[in-house]
Amino acid sequence: MAALQVEGLACARGGIPLLEGVSFALAPRQALVLRGPNGCGKTTLLRCIAGLQPITAGRISCDPDVIAYAAHADGIKATLSVAENLSFWADIYGTGQIDAALDQMNLRALATRAAQNLSAGQKRRLGLARLLVTGRPVWVLDEPTVSLDTASVGLFGDVVRAHLAAGGMALMATHIELGLPEAHQLDLSAHKATLPEPGQGAFDEAFL
Amino acid sequence: MSALLTRDLRLAMRAGGGFGLGLAFFLILAVLVPLGVGPEQATLALIAPGILWVGALLACLLSLDRIFALDYEDGSLDLLATAPVPLEAVVSIKALAHWLTTGLPLVLISPVLGLLLHLPPSAYGWLILSLALGTPALSVIGTFGAALTVGLKRGGLLLSLLVLPLYIPTLVFGAEVVSRGAQGLDISTALALLGGITAGAVAILPFASALVIRINLR
Amino acid sequence: MASIWQYANPLKFMRTTDWLLPIVAVAAVVVTATGLIWGFFFTPDDFRQGSTVKIIFLHVPSALMAINAWIMMLVASLIWLIRRHHVSALAARAAAPIGLVMTLIGLITGAVWGQPMWGAWWAWDPRLTSFLILLLFYLGYIALWSAIDDPDTAADLTAVLCLVGSVFALLSRYAAFFWSQGLHQGASLSVQAGTRVDWAYKAPLYVSMAGFSLIFVALVLAGTRTEIRARRMKALVARERMAA
Repeated sequence: MAALQVEGLACARGGIPLLEGVSFALAPRQALVLRGPNGCGKTTLLRCIAGLQPITAGRISCDPDVIAYAAHADGIKATLSVAENLSFWADIYGTGQIDAALDQMNLRALATRAAQNLSAGQKRRLGLARLLVTGRPVWVLDEPTVSLDTASVGLFGDVVRAHLAAGGMALMATHIELGLPEAHQLDLSAHKATLPEPGQGAFDEAFL
Repeated sequence: MSALLTRDLRLAMRAGGGFGLGLAFFLILAVLVPLGVGPEQATLALIAPGILWVGALLACLLSLDRIFALDYEDGSLDLLATAPVPLEAVVSIKALAHWLTTGLPLVLISPVLGLLLHLPPSAYGWLILSLALGTPALSVIGTFGAALTVGLKRGGLLLSLLVLPLYIPTLVFGAEVVSRGAQGLDISTALALLGGITAGAVAILPFASALVIRINLR
Repeated sequence: MASIWQYANPLKFMRTTDWLLPIVAVAAVVVTATGLIWGFFFTPDDFRQGSTVKIIFLHVPSALMAINAWIMMLVASLIWLIRRHHVSALAARAAAPIGLVMTLIGLITGAVWGQPMWGAWWAWDPRLTSFLILLLFYLGYIALWSAIDDPDTAADLTAVLCLVGSVFALLSRYAAFFWSQGLHQGASLSVQAGTRVDWAYKAPLYVSMAGFSLIFVALVLAGTRTEIRARRMKALVARERMAA
């Protein structure tokens, strides 16, 4: 039974169609990597699945309470410490536990440091540790490995694998290899929206 | 929910949070007005209610654009919108945090500034009461304005243009309570209307603010 | 059975206004000119106010349209929010600057009238104050429209602002009346006190009010056509970019 199922999805940005006919399903212990050139609509697709943006066609069937979304920006407050940043999200998601996440993302030594004194890669690790404290099974990740060094990419791959092994799921948009050979791939360039004919319910038909 | 309130208060208190800016602005205004108007006690006593209310309003305005702009820039707002908390509650908590860090200090310091402006002794109680009753409305209305302009670069000036007209009823009834109280007139109608506006704004505007944020995040 | 919502289709709207707009425009010019010429040159001077009273033929219709324009924007915003008809949102956008200008005309003619009557260009009278506040609401609404790039987002946000603003504009009006008892005479035309303005004035006044309403309709139609054309151009550019 798939926890996240997408059928014939189409989405648009700024009124211009980007993708159409995107279908996939994600069952427990599965990971799916979205591929495609810059600007093809990876971020927009993930925002649609996270529920931030309306879709223009198709269906997303999924319990809204299973998704944990991680965007380009990590939502880290510079003046709060690492532990304070994590505790906040743990409280918001009602889990309250941050110790395991600190250990898994190798942030234990940095716990009391203010986030503004972290390096870009350390901030990214903190952003990903946020996913662990949500306790949600479906991770929706937008370019999760940006500004991570090789060791941290490996660490992140291990964390995702552990999450999958525990029955979790991951949907990622990324350019680089995460060392997850078992992950399925979906190339979005095959689903680029085509120019609709006027009169066929085109996006801009009202004005043509 | 309390986690969000704690976080917002903590952020406001820490360096760069802008806590106290509104208070300092309020103080400066109360010092500048007598310098501009002249030291006559009777004149100052007459205009004190209006000056204090306009001052409180502008001091509130000063920190409005921080309510959502910082969360929008660092991505927290996207994450909060996908978190298991209703966005209506998020904007209410944000407005509460704004009131606790801006409105409440203004209420507490207002008697001191009333002293500077020769406010008649009989009006102090009404000043504190009217500000305590009216400043929550300023925070909630301001949160709506901040939600409208959240995605805009340089939205600050636009925010003032949108929010200040919405502040007019609160200002009128609030200042009216104080000036009528100072003259020993009946204040019950003005006070009831001020309370009504606050109650209505607190009850309804968070829904509009949340709707507007969802539109802006789209 | 043709539905009124058909006219909310931009194409249908353009086709209809192709022939409707010239008719409305000509009617607006004729009726307004009739009302103003009749009012200015063929009415007697008032025994108290002299000929200054004749500015009423500009003042009252513009003040009326200043309020009606906002009400029209409110209705159009509601239609946009509920039924997502583009013409509705664009008509609200087109009406705002016209309402702003009507408010300005009302304020300026009021000042010109008030100077000889009250001895002051401006008084903080509740009616005058409410109009000044209405001006601020128009400014905010127009500023928000022009600040947002994405047209649908702008339409949504301004529609919400219009709804919330209407409530606060009403409250402000009530607040202004509460705050001061004023110099301004009561409403010039009212059902209960129908005898206050003589029929010699009333008839041309009604004609100018009709004329101003027609001017408003003609300008909103023209403005909406401009907005629709601008959107069509954007749609065409977007198509070109998609095809490339």
